[in-house]
Amino acid sequence: MKVTVKYFGIIAETAGKKEEILDVAQGMSTTELRARQIKTYQIPEAESIQLAVNRDLNTEVELKEGDEVAFLPPFAGG
Amino acid sequence: MRYDRQIKLDEVGSSGQEKLRNASVLIVGVGGLGCPAAQYLTGAGVGKIGLVDHDKVSITNLHRQVLYDEFDVGRPKALVAKVKLQRLNREIELVAIEEALTMENAEKLFNQYDLIIDGTDNFETKYLINDACILTGKAWIYASIYKNEGQLSVFNYQNGPSYRCLFPKTTRQNVSCEATGVLGVTPGLLGMLQAAEALKIILNVGNVLSGKLKLMNILYGTEQVLNIQKRQEEIEKIKNEGIIPIRIDCELKDTGKTYLDVREDFEQPKVNSEKVIHIPLGKLKDRLKEIPDKEEVLVFCQSGKRSQEAVKMLQKDFGLRNLKNVEGGIEKIIDG
Repeated sequence: MKVTVKYFGIIAETAGKKEEILDVAQGMSTTELRARQIKTYQIPEAESIQLAVNRDLNTEVELKEGDEVAFLPPFAGG
Repeated sequence: MRYDRQIKLDEVGSSGQEKLRNASVLIVGVGGLGCPAAQYLTGAGVGKIGLVDHDKVSITNLHRQVLYDEFDVGRPKALVAKVKLQRLNREIELVAIEEALTMENAEKLFNQYDLIIDGTDNFETKYLINDACILTGKAWIYASIYKNEGQLSVFNYQNGPSYRCLFPKTTRQNVSCEATGVLGVTPGLLGMLQAAEALKIILNVGNVLSGKLKLMNILYGTEQVLNIQKRQEEIEKIKNEGIIPIRIDCELKDTGKTYLDVREDFEQPKVNSEKVIHIPLGKLKDRLKEIPDKEEVLVFCQSGKRSQEAVKMLQKDFGLRNLKNVEGGIEKIIDG
């Protein structure tokens, strides 16, 4: 099944892209997707990253076809 | 007469203007975010505005902190901002607080204002604002920038989520606009949106961005609003334990050398190593004995400018020949 993944802040730079469509196993959880992408792109300081599924942050769910997952790092510039 | 153009709006009216006149807002950090927020709230007639900043105006601030001008370089931001804003509106009270926000002064300051605006550029102060707002029962308007992206939200508003609900864990990657670069308009826009949230809260109109995180990308013109879940345990923790300080430490690339950090105590990231002696520039003369005079000492600050000044002064006035300036500042000697 396909899910859309969006990257923000320094994660987009590390991944070299702002968005991608991934083909993942049916029923993959957000936790699994998170671990997979962190490993794929060797994202540092991954503990602080928050995921949003279909715009809801902090949700642990099984992903469904067409879901949109955002990878959001904290940042502090001002 | 002065406020005629906003009083005409149904959302304001003369009763709304009265609300603005009776309101007080504390702006923590009068930089890229804080300047525009302060300017528009001053224009709108918010009765009392506090301006917290320990920093001085630098020439590299001027592209985005357009409240200041070339004549202000080297002068304290809080004081300059107060004088300039007062010229814009003599009817309101402006308070310059030329201090860094600390665990010691945060709650006392917050108690004197209705609402807090976060114009800071580091995680330590954002968590400090969050915790002090929970303890004093104040809402705060958050904004952060990374290059061309911005985040905006209102925390601790009418039992809404806190910053710790959004980011329970922080990161060492505390990258300031000075380090990454930023277009002046980016904090300008975000700061203005913070002022807009403040006006909505004071006037009790529209939808306040509580429980929501607005993400903006200035370069692509895109926007998204995410929903933040409240994590009650994160809020209770602060209510029970008080302010929990966040320390963002970093490691030296080369621990085989000796270093002298001439930055002020509040500057970060802090370098976590016994190889670093920390003496702020202004105290070097008093604490001369603490500087090793045999081995080579690498002197650093945030950008390399103050440390160069320190090296020159210590060489010229005290004959220290074992000092070397770290050009480019702290970023050159730390990991990550």
